[in-house]
Amino acid sequence: MTHWLMVPLVLPLVAAMVNLLLGGREIGRQRLVSLACASGLLVAAMVLLERAAGGGLTVYRLGNWPAPFGIVLVLDRLSGLLLTTTAVLALLSLLHAVNGDDARGHHFHVFFPIQLLGINGAFLTGDLFNLFVFFEVLLIASYCLSLHGGGAERVRASLRYVALNLIGSALFLLAVGALYGLTGTLNMADLGSKVAAAPVEQVALLRAGGLLLLVVFGLKAAILPLHPWLPPLYGSVLAPVAALFAVMTKVGVYAILRTVTLILPPQGAVGSAIAEVLPLLALLTLAAGGLGVLAAARLRTLIASLVVLSVGALLAGIGQFNAAGIAAALYYLPHTTLVAAGLFLLAEPITRQRGEVEDRFIPGPPLLQPTRLGLLFVLGAVAAAGLPPLSGFIGKLMLLRSVAPADGPWLWIVVLGASLLTLIALSRAGSRLFWGTAGTAGAAGTVGWRQLLPAALLLAASIGMTIAAAPISRYTEAAAHQLLAPQQYIDAVLGASATGGTP
Amino acid sequence: MEALAACTVAVLVACGVYLLLRARTFSVVVGLSLLSYAVNLFLFFTGRLLASAPPLVGSGAEGASADPLPQALVLTAIVIGFAMTAFVLILALRARGELGNDHVDGKGGGR
Repeated sequence: MTHWLMVPLVLPLVAAMVNLLLGGREIGRQRLVSLACASGLLVAAMVLLERAAGGGLTVYRLGNWPAPFGIVLVLDRLSGLLLTTTAVLALLSLLHAVNGDDARGHHFHVFFPIQLLGINGAFLTGDLFNLFVFFEVLLIASYCLSLHGGGAERVRASLRYVALNLIGSALFLLAVGALYGLTGTLNMADLGSKVAAAPVEQVALLRAGGLLLLVVFGLKAAILPLHPWLPPLYGSVLAPVAALFAVMTKVGVYAILRTVTLILPPQGAVGSAIAEVLPLLALLTLAAGGLGVLAAARLRTLIASLVVLSVGALLAGIGQFNAAGIAAALYYLPHTTLVAAGLFLLAEPITRQRGEVEDRFIPGPPLLQPTRLGLLFVLGAVAAAGLPPLSGFIGKLMLLRSVAPADGPWLWIVVLGASLLTLIALSRAGSRLFWGTAGTAGAAGTVGWRQLLPAALLLAASIGMTIAAAPISRYTEAAAHQLLAPQQYIDAVLGASATGGTP
Repeated sequence: MEALAACTVAVLVACGVYLLLRARTFSVVVGLSLLSYAVNLFLFFTGRLLASAPPLVGSGAEGASADPLPQALVLTAIVIGFAMTAFVLILALRARGELGNDHVDGKGGGR
């Protein structure tokens, strides 16, 4: 049943079209359609994860065109893991959104599934130009979602985000054009084998194309010099949108990981240029994220800086180019995505209960429900700062253990330093928000457990990942080994069997 | 011919980047359009510059055949670029209304 690979693409597309036909007046039915779509995606992702865990690659040839000519969708362990993370995140963000955030603008339930279509497509596609198209799909949906709810702050952050990403798209096309002009193919597996065999006079141009790709993916992932768009944007959008956006930077990280393992491996003359700069960029991003967390004046900007920091940690793992480093990054990825999303969802009731002060770290009216919000905040803070016993600690431990002795000191200093800054910033944030009170509590804004459930579940995912640490890390190690042996991927995609389902 | 093509792309990119750096929404939109024209031409040229070569292999003519794939890519890029330009125009108008000025940082001031 290779057709399962189409479910993560077709299901959201159908849901979006049905919701468009239903129109804005029938939001009840739109919610049902979206929730059904998100639940279906979760089921499909579980099926695909199960399939990927077996170790084989599933190749789906669209229209049954043979590989280098037609577009292929490829499922390996990495795609399976990311699809599942996205599906869990989407369902819980949506459960939060149906409490009322979705009615604060038009067409939320149209753009939300389209965004999922773009993200899932980017994780599955095995064609570089198709990756561009799915990037555009997820971007245009994200432009609309980031404006959802209106307001000057959102328009200002979105305008910058849109302009930057349009420039990014132009650079992506230049990179794709350069790679195609030199190799004559766009299929990632085929590109991988063609680049490895490229004649010497093409190396310089190929390297330029590869570095352009790194710039584009770095913009999506918010790597250091390209990250300033992220905190204002994530800090101003609605909570469920911010929660979903937590996985968007991971699309950029995924694209970098796929590029450096499959298309431009560091052993080659072309990929070595990327392999040289990536670890340095990772450390700088970690440092910038740590300083951003400490400098944040509002809770939501703080969480957004945590997203930047997590990208640095992921790239530090990937930049090792060994199985242990990539496995650590892949274990850390779902943890950081889900916890950041949970914190974004939790920030909303905190912001609302503090009235005019919102989520700024200045004395404000006391919270109406300090106990339940405080407990959840502590859970999220412990998970995000990487304190034992939760999964953030395990992820960081795996990362630190993966380091080669030669580059050990720098990475240890930066990772541990950033963790310390996070810890300081989160404790300060907690004490200011929950204890630094002035005046009397407002009247409105209490939340029941039903509304808090999505945030609580996302934060509790960290506990789940701690309990299931052994099977998950076994899976991510297997995924890392699979990524570091790209020949299997190339054989599966370009293999002779034209009907898919290569074992 | 190749030099002329390269110069055309270069001039378009230079103009586009200059306009982008003006940081006013209207010039940014025009700059983005110029940049996307440059990119489309570049994609088109990656199929190599050939005069009167057939686009299909084995369609009679000897020797070189034109590569049809870049043309398909350009078509996709044009469609996406068109949609994005329309979107960013509407967003720029909305920003002008909500923020009261046309600077991309929304901070106004200056000239």
